[in-house]
Amino acid sequence: MSAARDLVRLLADPSGANGVGDWTALLAVARAESLAGSLAFRLEGQKVPPRVEAILAAARRDAVQGRIQALWEAEMARRALAPLGLPVILLKGTAYVAAGLPAAIGRSIGDLDILVPRAALPEVERALLAHGWEWVKDDDYDDLYYRTWMHELPPLIHKERDRMIDVHHTILPLTARRRPDAAALIAASLALEGGLAVLSPADMIVHAAAHLFADGDLAGGLRNLWDIDRLLRHFAAAPDFWPVLHERASRHQMLAPVLRAGRLANDLYGTPVPEGWRVWDSADPLFKSRLLARDGWGRATRPALRLGFYARAHLLRMPPTMLARHLWTKARKGHRANP
Amino acid sequence: MRHRLDLAIGPVAFRIGSDWRAPLDALRLLYGGYPAPEGVADFTVRLEAERPWRRFVRPSVAIRGDYILPDAAPLSLAHGLLAAEMGMNLQMALGQRRFLLLHASAVERDGRALLMTGHSGAGKSTLAALLGERGWRFLGDEFALVDLETGALHPFPRAISLKNEALALFGDVEPDRLGPVLAGTPKGRIRHLRPRADAVARMAETARPALILFPRYGRDLAPEIRPVGSAEIFVRLTQASTNYVALGEPGFAALSGLVTGVPARAIDYPDTEAAVVLVDQLWNKLG
Repeated sequence: MSAARDLVRLLADPSGANGVGDWTALLAVARAESLAGSLAFRLEGQKVPPRVEAILAAARRDAVQGRIQALWEAEMARRALAPLGLPVILLKGTAYVAAGLPAAIGRSIGDLDILVPRAALPEVERALLAHGWEWVKDDDYDDLYYRTWMHELPPLIHKERDRMIDVHHTILPLTARRRPDAAALIAASLALEGGLAVLSPADMIVHAAAHLFADGDLAGGLRNLWDIDRLLRHFAAAPDFWPVLHERASRHQMLAPVLRAGRLANDLYGTPVPEGWRVWDSADPLFKSRLLARDGWGRATRPALRLGFYARAHLLRMPPTMLARHLWTKARKGHRANP
Repeated sequence: MRHRLDLAIGPVAFRIGSDWRAPLDALRLLYGGYPAPEGVADFTVRLEAERPWRRFVRPSVAIRGDYILPDAAPLSLAHGLLAAEMGMNLQMALGQRRFLLLHASAVERDGRALLMTGHSGAGKSTLAALLGERGWRFLGDEFALVDLETGALHPFPRAISLKNEALALFGDVEPDRLGPVLAGTPKGRIRHLRPRADAVARMAETARPALILFPRYGRDLAPEIRPVGSAEIFVRLTQASTNYVALGEPGFAALSGLVTGVPARAIDYPDTEAAVVLVDQLWNKLG
């Protein structure tokens, strides 16, 4: 049994805390999956050994401080971009925190992710550069690649605060088969007090599912699926949430990833989803194995499966001929860098 | 992992896993007499082969664990003990949030602690080790752990890493307290020294910070004691802390508590004997 499975079970049902045999292994997995803060809050009030409680209390304190830093970083971006009079939509962790959603509780937040209209990218870029952000990558190929094919600008880092910002203009690379409707994401966004905005509930799920299943190799997948669990449980209280989600997912060509997110959240975290969503899918077990591929030392396990998902991530991202050209360029560069 | 060793040092417990037996055997010997940890470990350290075959072919020890520096260079298996030590340091520096962590050495007398912090090469580690052999209780030579609620100093008496010339100063310690000589490491020639038994036996006993020193070593410096303004103390301590920013307000409160509540001086010294004289002088004036 994988240690990751114990983590998942405890997140879903914290009352199992008194049955935990190896807290050290559990903490190692939680840290490796960026879920230590979420777990610490989930276990608040449960009876755990005093030394464990001290570690969990520190993780909670750390998450609270991370939340303050994330909100501050969002405010810094707001001030830099306010003169442009554009919609600036927060994404992922910072959005959950700013909107006060349960998914934010204990969540680790790294970069600041924002979404702006594509036409506004040049002026957004100029404004950020004028306010202390600078380029991380200084490689011409990478830079051109980002600007031509990606859904975001090359990453920028703030020179004083050392925090990264990812400026998106849509939620999937332009080379991907699925084409989400970026204008619709922006049109349906909800304004927060103070000038920033977040995606609508359904679009937020669509983005989380896109990030997890339609882009990338599922690294950090347990945390992203935990986001989806927390978001679905919260949003499902609204009437018509599920039909609206279905409609939005279809509109963004993202129905299959959203349904998969619902099925796997239901399977791993017990997330309530409509009866009709719970169908059998032949690929789900593979995804599930990949999500749980971590041992009690916090090490990645199942290298072949991981490699398969790594390859899948690249194929999702671009057509094979383009992929071949990309890898060829990267390999030649790597060769030059390490003679 | 194939091999495992659990270590408790002061209030912090480590689980150390390794692909090879040798580094943990060396660690077990060096930390002989330390109490076995009870219950959960705060941090996991992993010493693992960079690639599966590197366990056998030109073995190279990658330092990993709960917290990882992506570009940390691996060490040779001959330096496995150093890798374990660096692995524990790394977890503390990147992940410790229960205490305000200062990159400082510390010794204690009568329940009161002397803290020393400065750039690497300032001699804080050697000084603390030397004082620890001369009637002071050694609290730590790498990290000082300040309690966020009480301001008390928690001992963290790890093995002392003696570098290059400093080795000669400890020629007369009991041989079983010394680890193997590690030559040609990234930090030069290193030998670890286990603190005296009292430092280990009393490692759960906290101390109240009573004096902060900023030592500066230079062969040509005249021994001198200089006052330091509180703004400078504050800045120097923030620079010495690995987690001051991450802790937020509790970190600020603990650090300003040190600045306002504990006298601080800078000292210059040309050799360790001169430094010991200066320390005694300052300590006796505290009354």
